[in-house]
Amino acid sequence: MNFAQLRSAVALAASIALMPLAHAQEATGAGSSFLAPVVAKWADAYSKATGAHINYQSIGSGAGIKQINAKTVDFGASDMPLKDEELKASGLLQFPTVIGGVVPVVNIAGVKPGQIKLTGSVLADIYLGKIAKWNDAEITRLNPGVALPDAPISVVRRADGSGTTFLFTNYLSKVNAEWKSSVGDGTAVNWPEKSHSSGGKGNEGVSQYVQRLPNSIGYVEYAYAKQNKMTHVLLQNRDGAYVQPEEGAFKAAAAGAEWNKTFYQVLTDEPGKASWPITGTTYVLMHVQQDKPVNGSAVLKFFDWSYSNGDKAAQDLDYVPLPDSVKNAIRKQWAEIKDASGKSIAYK
Amino acid sequence: MAAILPTAPLDTAEPQAQPQTPPPARRRVAPWADTMFAGLARGAALLTLAMMIGIIISLIIGAAPAIKQYGLGFFVSKDWDPVQDKYGGLVMVYGTLATSFIALLIAVPVSFGIALFLTELSPSWLKRPLGIAIELLAAVPSIVYGMWGLLIFGPILGTYVQQPLQRLVGDTPFLSTLFSGPPVGLGILCAGIILAIMIIPFIASVMRDVFEVTPPMLKESAYGLGSTTWEVVSKVVLPYTKTGVIGGIMLGLGRALGETMAVTFVIGNASQLSSYSLFEAANSITSALANEFAEAGEGLHQAALIYLGLVLFFITFVVLACSKLLLMRLQKSEGSRA
Amino acid sequence: MSASDASRVRMHARRKRTNAVALTLSMGAMAFGLFWLLWILYETARQGLGGLTLATFTEMTPAPMVDGGGLANAIFGSAVMVGLATLIGTPIGMLAGVYLSEYGRKSWLGACVRFINDILLSAPSIVIGLFVYSLMVPRMHGFSGIAGAVALALLVIPVVIRTTENMLNLVPNALREAAYALGTPKWKTVLTITLKSARAGVMTGILLAVARVSGETAPLLFTALSNQFWNADLTKPMASLPKVIFDFAMGPYENLHKLAWAGVFIITMGVLALNILARVLFKNKH
Repeated sequence: MNFAQLRSAVALAASIALMPLAHAQEATGAGSSFLAPVVAKWADAYSKATGAHINYQSIGSGAGIKQINAKTVDFGASDMPLKDEELKASGLLQFPTVIGGVVPVVNIAGVKPGQIKLTGSVLADIYLGKIAKWNDAEITRLNPGVALPDAPISVVRRADGSGTTFLFTNYLSKVNAEWKSSVGDGTAVNWPEKSHSSGGKGNEGVSQYVQRLPNSIGYVEYAYAKQNKMTHVLLQNRDGAYVQPEEGAFKAAAAGAEWNKTFYQVLTDEPGKASWPITGTTYVLMHVQQDKPVNGSAVLKFFDWSYSNGDKAAQDLDYVPLPDSVKNAIRKQWAEIKDASGKSIAYK
Repeated sequence: MAAILPTAPLDTAEPQAQPQTPPPARRRVAPWADTMFAGLARGAALLTLAMMIGIIISLIIGAAPAIKQYGLGFFVSKDWDPVQDKYGGLVMVYGTLATSFIALLIAVPVSFGIALFLTELSPSWLKRPLGIAIELLAAVPSIVYGMWGLLIFGPILGTYVQQPLQRLVGDTPFLSTLFSGPPVGLGILCAGIILAIMIIPFIASVMRDVFEVTPPMLKESAYGLGSTTWEVVSKVVLPYTKTGVIGGIMLGLGRALGETMAVTFVIGNASQLSSYSLFEAANSITSALANEFAEAGEGLHQAALIYLGLVLFFITFVVLACSKLLLMRLQKSEGSRA
Repeated sequence: MSASDASRVRMHARRKRTNAVALTLSMGAMAFGLFWLLWILYETARQGLGGLTLATFTEMTPAPMVDGGGLANAIFGSAVMVGLATLIGTPIGMLAGVYLSEYGRKSWLGACVRFINDILLSAPSIVIGLFVYSLMVPRMHGFSGIAGAVALALLVIPVVIRTTENMLNLVPNALREAAYALGTPKWKTVLTITLKSARAGVMTGILLAVARVSGETAPLLFTALSNQFWNADLTKPMASLPKVIFDFAMGPYENLHKLAWAGVFIITMGVLALNILARVLFKNKH
């Protein structure tokens, strides 16, 4: 093509690429895959209601923390709460969003959802590699009458830095001393070699692996198990009862949370006959000092709308919305987010 | 004899001769244009150089904390512990080398067979379409291989290859560790096979090209002495083109070492190495980078990952440099030996 | 028959057998190679066509478990980033190719650049992505389409350099000399005569570069992130077809798997079409 044609082609391409579309607001957030199913629904409904685009990418809590620290996103999301010193050092604040549960899921031919019972200690032994087969005495003892195959257990866990892993390993540390001393808890841990585990990326990846690999076990946020009709497992809680993972069980576990003291709450192994042992919440992380107040404002407006209008969507996926008192406390805390001139950014 | 030849009468009405003006001065259209253009071209070339240096420098800067902390011992340590901030690259390096080795093991004989077919066996009407078909395989993007591998090939590999292999090998000492682990279509073997399929077109094209430039005289001399086709290829063509063949193999190796997507889908993403099993979930340098970079905090974790990237770049650099040198040598000798 | 005759016959038979075995294996290898190509294309077509509807091109990427949805934002994002990468990379690549062919055939810079270019051509693309991340993302305080485009441009440049140089080298010197004899300055010769006569080959090179980067995922992982909405703003994260396929395929949701296959089909057909077009273009000219 000659020069004139080339020139007009460049101009056309540049104008298409640089054309800003007229939408109200836009912000980008990234992090926890625990939160992703419900945020995806909220963002969808929010964009239909107000036209604003909140782009959320599920990249794992560890990555969410890193990216908000690097200021490459407007908000991060992590199921592992940061301690006060860490928050101060990074200039962040955190607030909870919804409460959900981490659920072990299995893929064994002939086993139905909610049929298998496990205790936390046995679960930890499976992930330690001490229990290697499904028909091990420890498992059959808890499940008389269930036909468990004589097959090795394919253990699936997270490959990336994950708040879901934090909740899961935090619980295992509380119920199994060997796990606590040899592995501990965190968004990424040194998974025991003996378990020959495979790593999935995100809750999405773990769900996929468990669906595909026969005789496997993994742990995912409950929405993933529910949406993909996976076979979940009953766990024995602190009071000795075997509970089904569902909204009521998560709510019971969260009943003991003392939100008015601090937002930092880890809800694993909570007392209560109906409590689900691996419960937690996802925290949104934002900078106290906003470099881009317009984006910060957009984020707050989104969560304000979601707190007011998103409860049904959350409950449909078996998340537990926060109590109203907590939501109001969160909104009060937002006054601490300021722009360069020291003024609190607007969220209404 | 001028009088015999008829001469045209002198045209006395010839046009007046124009007054003799001096010829127009020779002027260059925009004399600076030449220098500018040459400068632009040179600048673009220097930019390419700068890009390469920039990549190496940014990798070294990024990896500096890890290099300072571990030095070369990084590559003999199996620990990859983000919790305790202890890193060692042996698992990833093993994954990269093992998958590439398996890929070469499968791809080289197959590519050789394909090149042989295309140059000696196929009827001429079939040569071009088949050659194009193989080259199209090279154009398929790696994400297609990854997705196909994860969702279609993996399960089939698990059921029809891995499980029978495990039963076959049973308890033999070395082989049983090699084939231990869950036969579910994940791991180094699966990644290696998919890589093999990816690099076959590259190696086959180069082999076919170098086979085709063998001087026909050499081949015909061999045929004239009664050699079979196989003997001509193995004893005449192959030795003649061996530098080119090795160059092509190294090109394919370079590609396999650097492949990310096809490997990340199926390798299983485990940063531990409990045994040298090909069936266990593992990690290669590229899949570790793809999985963990987004969340590696500033500090030793990120530096360790960049250190791995630097090493990968260095390995591919060496392999590609050798391949290029070998191919260049073949080109030089083409002129001297014909 | 004497002993030597008998052994000759035996040896001949053995050589024929080896030959037959080797040639059969070679045909087997050819069939093996073709088998994978056909299987992959078949699966891509079967799964991809099944999920391909008009909506795939007009609707945005859906949330999991939401019916419908399409790949419009991903296709647009890919088109924009690949287009921009080509716009950035082609002039640089062509100029450098011109340098290598017209000015630098014997210089040390030329030899250096040629060598380095071949390394960059096969360098791991994830390392390029890391490089652009460290250069642009923290500084721009965010992931962006332009960072993705720059990463892809760094992959376009080596391809364009290699093909431009090769094509320009094929132009007969007589053409250049004729131009010089008429007093054409060098820059004009290169632009209007040499490049013009190598036009088809250079276009082929550009098409091949486009085909190559359209399928690249790794460089986009840390530069453009992704976006579930339509985004035409280059300074914000942008969806791209390969990244969306990666995310959807690694998850458990069936509706997203179907869309991922449709995406794979679109990319494969696009890349193959570009390759075939490049060949046809090149063949017609020569």
